[in-house]
Amino acid sequence: MSGQKPTEGMSLIVKTTCGWLKGFILLYGIHIILYGHLTPGGGFAGGVIAASAFLLILLAEGQRAGLKTFSKKAALTWRSVGALIFLAVAGLGLVVTGTFFENFWTGHASGNFTHFGGSIQASEIGIGLLVCSSLYLVAMVLFGCAFGFESER
Amino acid sequence: MNNLIPLLVVIPMGVAFAIPLAVRMNPRLGELLSILTALTLLVISLFLPSQEIIYHIGNWPTPDGIDLRVDGLSKLMLLIISGLALVVGIYSVGFIRQFTGHYRYYTLLMLMVTGMNGVVLSGDLFNLYIFVEIATIASYALVAFGGEHEDLEASFKYAVLGGLSSSVILIGIALVYGMTGTLNLTHLASRLDGHVLTPTLQFALALLFCGFGLKSALVPFHTWLPDAYPAAPAPISAILSGITSKAIGLYVLVRLLFNVFGITDDLLLLLRWSGGITMVVGALLALGQWNIKRLFAYSSVSQVGLIVLAFGFGTTAGIVGAIFHLVNHAVFKPLLFLNSGAIEIAAGTRDLRKMHGLRSTIPVTATTHMVGSLSIAGIPPFNGFWSKLIIVVAAVNAGFMGWASLVVLMSIVTLAYQLKVQTAAFFGSNTRSPEVTPSIATGSRSNAEPLFMAVPMIILAIGCGALSLLTLTGLDEPFFVASAAEVLMKGVFTW
Amino acid sequence: MIYFLCFGLILVGLYGVLVRRNTVKIIISLLVIEYGIHLLLVLQGYRRGGVPPIVEPGTDQQTWIGQSVDPLPQALVLTSIVIGLGVLALLVSLSIRLFERYGTMDISKMRRLKG
Repeated sequence: MSGQKPTEGMSLIVKTTCGWLKGFILLYGIHIILYGHLTPGGGFAGGVIAASAFLLILLAEGQRAGLKTFSKKAALTWRSVGALIFLAVAGLGLVVTGTFFENFWTGHASGNFTHFGGSIQASEIGIGLLVCSSLYLVAMVLFGCAFGFESER
Repeated sequence: MNNLIPLLVVIPMGVAFAIPLAVRMNPRLGELLSILTALTLLVISLFLPSQEIIYHIGNWPTPDGIDLRVDGLSKLMLLIISGLALVVGIYSVGFIRQFTGHYRYYTLLMLMVTGMNGVVLSGDLFNLYIFVEIATIASYALVAFGGEHEDLEASFKYAVLGGLSSSVILIGIALVYGMTGTLNLTHLASRLDGHVLTPTLQFALALLFCGFGLKSALVPFHTWLPDAYPAAPAPISAILSGITSKAIGLYVLVRLLFNVFGITDDLLLLLRWSGGITMVVGALLALGQWNIKRLFAYSSVSQVGLIVLAFGFGTTAGIVGAIFHLVNHAVFKPLLFLNSGAIEIAAGTRDLRKMHGLRSTIPVTATTHMVGSLSIAGIPPFNGFWSKLIIVVAAVNAGFMGWASLVVLMSIVTLAYQLKVQTAAFFGSNTRSPEVTPSIATGSRSNAEPLFMAVPMIILAIGCGALSLLTLTGLDEPFFVASAAEVLMKGVFTW
Repeated sequence: MIYFLCFGLILVGLYGVLVRRNTVKIIISLLVIEYGIHLLLVLQGYRRGGVPPIVEPGTDQQTWIGQSVDPLPQALVLTSIVIGLGVLALLVSLSIRLFERYGTMDISKMRRLKG
């Protein structure tokens, strides 16, 4: 498995369709992450959709192109950054109001829903980053193009 | 002070995710960060007050939001977890160098600490389940960390059985939620209090008992343990047997039985019998082992059985003895496992038949191992004696003469298999069979027990002696332990 | 009735875990158990003809409580799915590594551990 060459992707039809779709899927994922405080969905669902855009590249355009778009190192970084954003938002609640996870930064104090979601939105962005890059990493490990234990020995 | 409670979960989790970033700057930051984290957690848990506190996350009131709860028992568990994480972290600096991908190891260790702290603090059943899963997923990966045939096989076995037990626990939780409409432990206890359990709830309780029984390796469900512990790296075996199986199995079991569902005579009978059988089977199987780590693993099974048996007496003295023995087990069993790591490096094998006279090669390990063996067998100056004494006295006072004599008998069996390790590994001449132990001749002392490995072993060996000082406040109420036992004796949570 | 079907699904998975020898089939059986449990959990909160558990301006609290489905089991199932994903990923990578080491998927042929 680990000795395999990186795959070069599928046929031209698949690659072209993927080329059209990948941007929209990613955009849709980001939209769901950013509007997590207003609509069903949020960080986890949006992160999964965004990850599926990267997975599409990995599958259709081959592992070389996929890793060029979103490398393993970048995925590791964004995973940690996402988790730390989430914990920072939770911890800021402790610092600002004295209660852990207090919703200290409300985006719609007047009662009207807005595009700005305050601490909920910030934590959704963190979760989205975390989920997106973690799922991508899991898939990468299972595809065999970046065996965790082997490659960094 | 109360605001520190969530930090006990947040800090290790944050560090777990920060380590992969930090090691890019300096590869040694992983070790440093995890040791500092364990130290911080130890300090925080020392400063926690002993009385009962319920912390509302995000200021949501009790049945609506997520609670964290701290009381005497959780404080004791937190102290053990962070203390052991500290010792294991220091030991790992010396031990884990033989493996690669260090930062992954420390990340997983921190995740395991997160899970255990979360289990101990969690105030509702579902979050408890999530933290149990965090801790166990980290431990599956840590068991497989070596990447050899046996490691992977043991990890797969552990993961399948662990997955089954998690499923069983989740069915139990689903049924409890369906029947009572709440998962908050305090709320649940108040809804169950004074009612006879319906058949569905009895079924749910049985499922929870089996699930957490598997996590703590009670006898019909113990088969994963003697594979998983030897396969893991020595510091991980130490933390797994010392605290993980207790925090995510035994602690939850006891908490649910005593504080949520309410203990009954039938449940006590069940605890006594499952504990007693576990104790006997574990000790007898340990006697026949030649693999040193497998022997210690079976010995863990046996000691867990003793703890469960003592909980099953249902008297205050029995519970004090059980908790005290749990604390002691968290000191001497990690010591034995850490020693086994040094022995393995020095002798180049785990087979007791192939090692002789290691005393001259690894004198520190030989001494600390002697302390650990005497302690686990219950020889007077050390802590194991006091907890076993409390348990035996409790058994006699509660009228269980048979169980009391069985505990004494199993102590003798324990002494027997520890002596087997002593004679095989440390005594005898070094030159008896040089051909099967090539690394003894070549392995110099600095190789087998560097400073980072020797210091934790010495700390734990001193702990074996020092913990007997806890009985200075009286055999009925050892320091710290008494307040933990009081929590369980108070019965179900009131709301 | 549907509750019994859930337990049927769980038992099918249990049979698979106990009887199958192939690592991949064991993993699939574990997943079947998990899905059975998720179904059970969602059913706990289900209500025939229920409304979504969203409070809008102008919703009458009392009738809403009488009609809405219970949102908590759905949140629990979502969390449980994520946990299941983690365990699944770990098990699959373990079985890949086992296949690399032993050259077989048959657990009865992986017998380095005994005693």
